[in-house]
Amino acid sequence: MLRTRGFPLPTLPRKRGRESNRMRQRASAVTEAYRPEELLADVIARMIGDVRHVAVGNASPIPATAALLCRARGHGRPYVSLLQSRKHNFFTDGGCELFDCAAQGRVDVFFLSGGEIDGEGNINLVSIGEHDHPKVRFPGSFGSAHLYYVVPKVILFRTEHSRRTLVPRVGFVSAPGASPDNVYRPGGPIGLVTNRCVFAFDKARRRFRLDSVHAGHTVDEIVEHTGFGFDRPALVPQTLAPSAESLRLMRGVVAPELAEVYPQFAAAVFGQPAATQSA
Amino acid sequence: MSVIAASLDEALGAVTDGCMLAVPREVAGVPMAATRALIRRGVRRLHLVALPTSTLQADLLIGAGAIATLETSAVSLGEFGPAPRFTDAMLNGRIRMLDATCPALHAAFQAGEKGVPFMPLRGILGSDVLKFRPDWRVIDNPFGNADPIVLLPAIKPDVALLHAPMADRAGNVWIGRQRELATMAHAAKRTIVTVERIHDGDLLADPVLAAGVLPGFYVERIAVAEKGCWPLGLPDHYAADLAHLAAYAKLAATAEGFAKYLDEHVYARRAA
Repeated sequence: MLRTRGFPLPTLPRKRGRESNRMRQRASAVTEAYRPEELLADVIARMIGDVRHVAVGNASPIPATAALLCRARGHGRPYVSLLQSRKHNFFTDGGCELFDCAAQGRVDVFFLSGGEIDGEGNINLVSIGEHDHPKVRFPGSFGSAHLYYVVPKVILFRTEHSRRTLVPRVGFVSAPGASPDNVYRPGGPIGLVTNRCVFAFDKARRRFRLDSVHAGHTVDEIVEHTGFGFDRPALVPQTLAPSAESLRLMRGVVAPELAEVYPQFAAAVFGQPAATQSA
Repeated sequence: MSVIAASLDEALGAVTDGCMLAVPREVAGVPMAATRALIRRGVRRLHLVALPTSTLQADLLIGAGAIATLETSAVSLGEFGPAPRFTDAMLNGRIRMLDATCPALHAAFQAGEKGVPFMPLRGILGSDVLKFRPDWRVIDNPFGNADPIVLLPAIKPDVALLHAPMADRAGNVWIGRQRELATMAHAAKRTIVTVERIHDGDLLADPVLAAGVLPGFYVERIAVAEKGCWPLGLPDHYAADLAHLAAYAKLAATAEGFAKYLDEHVYARRAA
C-alpha cells in the first residue's frame, strides 16, 4: 500500500487505498492520471505562491515536493531549504540558522503537521492524555513552537483526514493557531491540506473554511470525517487537478532531488531509485 | 598524554553515570559507535540533551536503560516511523521528558557558550511546551511595551559527544558547516570527539580548512571510529544504512526484539 506519512500514529490501521484508487479513476477521466501525493503537492505549490524562501522541516515529503516544484517552475526562485538535506540547503551556520532566518522574517513559508489539529489551528505534536502518563505519544514539537509564530505563511498538512486527527480540541498545544494581540506574532497558519480537501484559515475568526474538495471526495464526507466545526460556502469547488506540466516537473526534475532526503517516498510515489552518496 | 585516545572506551571515560551528555542531530554526524560503546559499558542515569532532535541514538540509549532524563524537541526514526523504545518509555513513564522546541535548545546552548544565564526567544507563548517547562520564564521585554518574551536558561552540559570527518594530532577537529557542533563544544565542560580518520598536519594552518575547525582547545579526547555514524550517515561521506534501519524499526517494536538487536549489533560487535 502506498503511504505518505506526516507523523504516523502507531495504533490504528489506515484505510486509504479505496479513496486513492477512486481519485485516480476520476482524475484520469478528465486529465492525465496522477497520484494523490502529486495532487497534494500541486495544491501546496499554489498556496506557496511567489515568495523568496520556502523552508521544509522533518517528515514532510509532500511539502518538500511542492517547494521543489515551485523552484522548478520559477527557474531558481524561491530559495528552498530542506532541513535534512546536504544539497538543497544553503545554511553554513549550523542548525540554528533556519530559526534565526525565520525569527527575522527571512523565511516566507513553512509546513507543519500534527498528530492532532483542531478547529482553531492548534497543533499537537507531543501527546494525548496526561502529560506524564500519556495514552499516545508523538515524536515531539520540533521547531513548531517558534516557527508557527514567526513564519508568515504556515501551511498545515495532514495526510490522514479523520476524526482522530482533526479534533475539536487538541490534547497538547505544541503551538497555538492564534495568539493575543500583545504577543509578537507576524506568522501563523494560512490553510490546511488533507487527503480529502483544502481548508483556508480565517485568522480573524480563528476558524477553517472549506476551500475545495479533491476529486472523488464529497462535502458530506468531509463533514463526517472532521472532528471540528468549519465554515463553508454554498458551493464548494473541486480541487484543481495538476497540469501535465506540473506532473512532468514533479516526475522528471523533483523526484531525483527528493530521493536524497526521502528515499522511501521518492521510490514509492515516483519509482525513483535510491540516491547513492559518495565520499 | 596525547589527545588521541588509545581506544574508544578510554576516550569515553568522562561520560560518567548521571552526567549531562549533549549530542547532535542526525545531519550533523551522530556518534553511534561511541553510543554502542557506552551501552556495552553499562552507562546509567544520563541526562541526554539532543540538539535539537534525535533518532536512533536516543532510542537505543533509552531501550538499553541508560537514560533518566531526555531533553529534546523530538525523537522519531524519520521515514521509518515512531522511535519504538522512546514511545514505549514515554507511555510507561520510564524516563523524565523535558519537551523543548528546536530553536529553544539552540538558544540555550548559545547562552551556555556566551557565559550568560539565559537567552530570550520569540514564540512559545501560549503553548503547552511552555506550561510543562517551569524552568523557562516569561518576562516583559524591557525594551518594549507590554511585550512578553520567553527566557531559556543556559545549557552547560558535562560532556558534549560528537563525530566528525577528521582531526589532527593537536586535537583540532574539522566540523565543516556543522556549526552547532562548535556551539555544543563551547557550552560543554568537556568535549569528546570520534573521527573517521586522523589528518597528518595542522588543520589550522590552511585558512580554508581552519574556517571549519573546532579548535583542540575545546577538545578533551579524540578516538578514531571509522564509519562512526553507522547505521546513520555522515553527510558528504556515507549514506545511512536504510536496510539496517528498517530492520531496527521492526525489531525494536517489542522488548524481546530490541534485546535481540542489542545482542547482535551492540554487545556482540566489540569493534563496531
